[in-house]
Amino acid sequence: MSDFTSGFWNLYVIVLVVASIAACAWLLWATGRVKVAAPKGAAKTASGSPGQVQVTGHVWDGDLQEYNNPLPKWWSNLFWITIVFAIVYLVLYPGLGSLPGVLGWTSTGAYKTERADFDARVQPLYDKYLAMDIPQIAADPAAQQTGERLFLTYCSPCHGSDAGGSKGFPNLRDRDWLYGGEPATIVTTITGGRMGVMPGFAQVLGEEGVRDVTAYVRSLSGLPHDSLRGQLGKPMFAQNCAACHGGDGKGNTALGAPNLTDDIWLFGSSEAAIAEGVAKGHNLNAGAGVTPMPAFGTTLGPAQIKLLAAYVWGLSNTKPAAAK
Amino acid sequence: MEAKSIPIRIAPGAPAPDGDDEVGLYEIRRKIYPRSVTGKFANWRVALVIATQVVFYGLPWLYWNGRQAVLFDLAARKFYIFGIVFWPQDVIYLTVLLILSALSLFLFTAVAGRLWCGYACPQTVYTEIFLWIERRIEGDRLARIRLDAAPLSLEKFVKKTLKHTAWVALALWTGYTFVGYFEPIRDLGLRTFTWNLGGWEAFWILFYAFATYGNAGWMREQVCKYMCPYARFQSVMFDRDTLVIAYDTKRGEPRGSRSRKTDPRVAGLGDCIDCSICVQVCPTGIDIREGLQYECIGCAACIDGCDQVMDKMGYPRGLIRYASENALALGQSAGSIWRRVLRPRTVFYTAVLLAIATTAGVALYLKNPIKMDVMRDRGALARESSPGIMENVYRIQIMNTDEVPRTFRLSVDGLPGIRIADLPATLEVGAAATRLLPLRLQVPADAAVPGSHKIDIVIEAVDDPKVRRHEKSTFILPKP
Repeated sequence: MSDFTSGFWNLYVIVLVVASIAACAWLLWATGRVKVAAPKGAAKTASGSPGQVQVTGHVWDGDLQEYNNPLPKWWSNLFWITIVFAIVYLVLYPGLGSLPGVLGWTSTGAYKTERADFDARVQPLYDKYLAMDIPQIAADPAAQQTGERLFLTYCSPCHGSDAGGSKGFPNLRDRDWLYGGEPATIVTTITGGRMGVMPGFAQVLGEEGVRDVTAYVRSLSGLPHDSLRGQLGKPMFAQNCAACHGGDGKGNTALGAPNLTDDIWLFGSSEAAIAEGVAKGHNLNAGAGVTPMPAFGTTLGPAQIKLLAAYVWGLSNTKPAAAK
Repeated sequence: MEAKSIPIRIAPGAPAPDGDDEVGLYEIRRKIYPRSVTGKFANWRVALVIATQVVFYGLPWLYWNGRQAVLFDLAARKFYIFGIVFWPQDVIYLTVLLILSALSLFLFTAVAGRLWCGYACPQTVYTEIFLWIERRIEGDRLARIRLDAAPLSLEKFVKKTLKHTAWVALALWTGYTFVGYFEPIRDLGLRTFTWNLGGWEAFWILFYAFATYGNAGWMREQVCKYMCPYARFQSVMFDRDTLVIAYDTKRGEPRGSRSRKTDPRVAGLGDCIDCSICVQVCPTGIDIREGLQYECIGCAACIDGCDQVMDKMGYPRGLIRYASENALALGQSAGSIWRRVLRPRTVFYTAVLLAIATTAGVALYLKNPIKMDVMRDRGALARESSPGIMENVYRIQIMNTDEVPRTFRLSVDGLPGIRIADLPATLEVGAAATRLLPLRLQVPADAAVPGSHKIDIVIEAVDDPKVRRHEKSTFILPKP
């Protein structure tokens, strides 16, 4: 055990524990030997109890006496049993400072065992899905329920309980996909994560240039815009943005560059939001707020990822069936 | 004897140290052999033993609407009591039940001492049952004392084996019944006979059986003397007008044996003939003539015993009787003792008890069968679902506590143009089931100033608009 910063605390705990047990044992032994005077001339009644009360002989404030209401002998034996228990426990389990105990039990070990037991128990439930393809799983209501629970546990903090996403976190219910909506692509996304980055163009375009490009971007999806600025922005877009977003602005799923011609806006559709994106980029530094998709390949097994992918895929691909 | 308000044995001064008679702080328990007793109070106790045990052993076997009438399903966290299903959210009713129990204990104790201990406490009840079995097999007090003192013989072996077999059988049945409150009892019976009990079921049946056998067979009065906290704190609720089991010292002393023909007045004796019946019948082995003691569980066995002796002697009953300290000290009449039962303290306890019981009854009658939790999504405050439309996401949990499936309609109110997106017009929730679903609310971005707005989510049953519930939540409109 490496939790102690110095060997002193190890010793400190051992001494405290041993001293406490020894003190308890001494107390039991000592009180077991204490004798107090029985009431004088105690007339034994039929039940055998003395006719007068016993006092321990302790007196406070001149007249405050302590009654002796003796505990039964078996009660003190119970205390001895607790001491035996403590010693046996400390031999078997960790407790005396950092001594591990002869059983070698640890809480992390117990967690791992339980986790392995649990995994072994639920594995058969997941196994059958490994053999199915994703559209099949998406059509299975039981699998969708499991998928929903997995989604609520692992995905909903960013993508929302309804998978509708939020600013910076894509909506998974629509048919628009940053990296592609094929079942295999979704599995890749969940397993390995995604980190889409857009550089900032404030330096390149200048303030006016940013406004011009913004106007052009808004024009692509038919949003109200300044048409003169739109005209000015078009060549700048072709020069700076088309590499990723494509000449027609329809994006590129290989890079995760969004389609700019539809009405789906990851970071907002307002002029201010688009201009900020053009000028400062996205996901560049943690200080400005990064929204990467983490890799779940290490947390979840392949079957769980497959179920999740089927759930997410099903959200936008089995609509007609679900809306009956 | 001097009256004191805390009823413990009164010490007549410190005893002088006595060199050759010393005692320790621990003592060896002397086994108590209570003599059987009949009479008015014994009949009350038998009646209460039968009443409580008919309820305890019988209740799990009752059926109600095709299910066990009383079942505490811990795994599903549903607690069925006849027509009502309690959910963990209804824990307030358990609290109220505990408060009512505590107040009843206060009231009964203030009026007549440890009535609970003497007549209804499971420790007393099971001890009474086990003693009854013991008497059937081994005989009454004297026969038992003789049997225990005798060397082991075939008769002793047979009697002891019979007794313990009967005890263990009853204890196992008690454990089985107890677990039957938590697992359907018929199914449990089936699994017991097919040797298919779950580990924890078997553990609790055996544990409860062991506790019953140990406490009622072996521990008996030691539970009350050494272990029970209620035994001790009931003493605090006594006052000078509390009826306790009391020996009338003025009438009884000086005690002494005499022939039935002797006139005690002439012989200079009180009414106590010192026959020690009151000590022999006492289940805690005390002598009530020494005054009220903490060991006294208020079972009134000594009253019944003494009354029989008084009848035989031709003396009036009640040398040992229910009397208050004031009554004994001031010689109050029976009428004035009963009038003192109605004193501010008992009236107050009764009033509070009635008020809480009525409130709980009304609340139970008006209990809303639906519950709904609304949880805002934490990850995102708000989002733009399509240009100009702001969306907040919630998770709602609908709980239908009725044992019939219901169809609900959801509506929302509180902001202009607020609407529920993508939800079927009606939602079905199964009998005594919950449903968790995401709820998306949409508001035009210019519907109100940016910030947090109170909204009201209403759920109502389609077939019965009276079954409805409001839950408050907030809708957040972001700055553009």
